Amino acid sequence: MRIVTFVKYVPDAAGDRSFESDNTVDRETDGLLSELDEYAIEEALNLTDKDKGSETIALTVGPAEAKDAVRKSLQMGADKGVHVLDDAISGADAVGTAKILAAAVRKVEAEEGPVDLVITGLASTDGQMSVVPVMVAELLGRPAATQASALEVGDSSATIRRDGDVSSQHIEVALPALVSVTDQINEPRYPSFKGIMKAKKKPVAQYDLADLGLEAAEVGGAGALTQIVELAAAPARSAGEVVTDEGDGGTKLVEWLAAKKLV
Amino acid sequence: MSEVLVLVDHADGSVRKSTFELLTAAARIGEPVAVFVGEAAAGEAAASTLGEYGAAKVLVASDPAYSEYLVAPAAELLAHLVAERQPAAVLVPASADGREIAARAAIKTGSGILTDAVDVAADGTVSQSVFAAAYNVTSKVASGTPFIAVKPNSVSAEPASGAAAVETVSFAPSDGSKTARVVRVEEKPASGRPNLTEAAIVVSGGRGTGGDFAPVEALADALGAAVGASRAAVDAGWYPHSHQVGQTGKAVSPQLYVAAGISGAIQHRAGMQTSKNIVAINKDDEAPIFELADYGVVGDLFSVLPQATEAVNARK
Ligand SMILES: Cc1cc2nc3c(=O)[nH]c(=O)nc-3n(C[C@H](O)[C@H](O)[C@H](O)COP(=O)(O)OP(=O)(O)OC[C@H]3O[C@@H](n4cnc5c(N)ncnc54)[C@H](O)[C@@H]3O)c2cc1C
Ligand SMILES: Nc1ncnc2c1ncn2[C@@H]1O[C@H](COP(=O)(O)O)[C@@H](O)[C@H]1O
Repeated sequence: MRIVTFVKYVPDAAGDRSFESDNTVDRETDGLLSELDEYAIEEALNLTDKDKGSETIALTVGPAEAKDAVRKSLQMGADKGVHVLDDAISGADAVGTAKILAAAVRKVEAEEGPVDLVITGLASTDGQMSVVPVMVAELLGRPAATQASALEVGDSSATIRRDGDVSSQHIEVALPALVSVTDQINEPRYPSFKGIMKAKKKPVAQYDLADLGLEAAEVGGAGALTQIVELAAAPARSAGEVVTDEGDGGTKLVEWLAAKKLV
Repeated sequence: MSEVLVLVDHADGSVRKSTFELLTAAARIGEPVAVFVGEAAAGEAAASTLGEYGAAKVLVASDPAYSEYLVAPAAELLAHLVAERQPAAVLVPASADGREIAARAAIKTGSGILTDAVDVAADGTVSQSVFAAAYNVTSKVASGTPFIAVKPNSVSAEPASGAAAVETVSFAPSDGSKTARVVRVEEKPASGRPNLTEAAIVVSGGRGTGGDFAPVEALADALGAAVGASRAAVDAGWYPHSHQVGQTGKAVSPQLYVAAGISGAIQHRAGMQTSKNIVAINKDDEAPIFELADYGVVGDLFSVLPQATEAVNARK
């Protein structure tokens, strides 16, 4: 079985996330592999680890620093990496990113052989749109089972559990397919020392848009179907009133709620 | 005036409040036209309610495929309606299904998509709050038909009279869309409390509850609120994941958010920072949650919450 996992390089949520003057996300400040994509890698490794004939390929689309996302995936145990890197990609929107990822999956298939499963995270921790996975499935014309909190893969099909508010659904798709996973599905491993050493020797293919047969005007910032009109730091929430409970904290709280007409 | 399609969110015909919010937002751009996917009878029954919030027409699309398969058939339907009716925009709820249906339909129609809109203007530009509400962004769709996923509780639903003329859509989803089959559904027991993302008030508990959510639930019930939880509480198995608020849980924007025994980590904030009023109860006066609280009580939740619950009940 050959699995491709999508891994995104994102700015660290604990750091100061900001934007460049051209309104693209500032990717220079400390970034890392989107934590939600670690669950995708873990799930892929669970499926391919035990079987010599199987492999997991970590795929990222992003700036030079994004190789960190691929490296971390290789350290966790992925077999190969693919990095799509091209200056023209800067400013790409969700549709553009999805087109690049779909073309990259096809490229992997041409180079390595058929891809049975694409596994992605639930959402990127910066954009948080949760739209790229189904867009890629749409572009590849493959079934998508999204938001899996459990995954079982058989010879020709995969079944997931999808936990909603009022019910849990069990969804079946025929392979090849795409599955997005939540943070409920597993507990991602930490790279071991051995894993870190081994990762150094693992191959990482680098492609630009031309390698994928794509035009910048179609997928890059220039071809984005959405535009930022205005962007501003949100005014800081003015610090509110804080009282210390001296036996009347609950009563005071409700007085405040009443004054605000919230009760 | 051009039409604006609104995808109706409903449970067996009972229309969710977020749909009324979408109709209000749609009326700013053009003529709101509700798209009801489900049983024909349920669609006709829902029409009058949809009309009360300004729906000029209600397009009812019924086919077993919409419930037997994940989102792809509904996305095909929307793409078909866009091609046929050339609406000025398509609004969907920013729920898991809403955004996936819109995402697929955007690809099919060569359109741009914007998610998690907290406001929508007459020209179709959208306001978003990003990076855990550190930035406000105004965006627009530059090409194709704008697909906009609107966050519940962002626009206040306003009653408006609409004709709500029911039209049956004759459209059969293709076999190509019937690929992710729902093989089994397990219903979860109903809590009787409001839906977390739509509730006007949310009371959440964190690690500080030590696993005892009773005081949190009691205050929630006194206030008619939904119950939320931090990831620490969910990971400990104290509350179901479907109640988790934050980056990997639900994003909520209620009138009032009460955080009890929650420190206020960035990932938690990402899901609640756009709440209109924030109240925090925490033992630690240096907990980061106090930085964004409009009202904070430094104290033990096991004494503050029961007292507050009593005070709320006394006012009834
Ligand atoms: C990729 C990723 C995604 C994440 N997504 C989410 C998410 O969606 N939602 C989320 O919530 N977190 C998320 N987290 C986790 C987040 O970073 C925090 O670990 C989590 O929010 C902490 O939960 P907490 O505030 O309940 O616990 P803690 O941080 O342990 O805080 C407990 C608080 O309770 C107070 N307390 C203790 N006892 C009492 C008492 N008796 N009375 C009053 N106060 C008391 C303490 O002073 C403390 O401030 C995510 C993390 C990662 C890495
Ligand atoms: N630039 C990218 N490179 C690799 N994977 C991505 C990229 N953008 C999105 N993804 C994948 O798509 C998922 C959802 O992303 P999003 O739709 O942006 O929330 C992520 O968890 C990743 O698995």
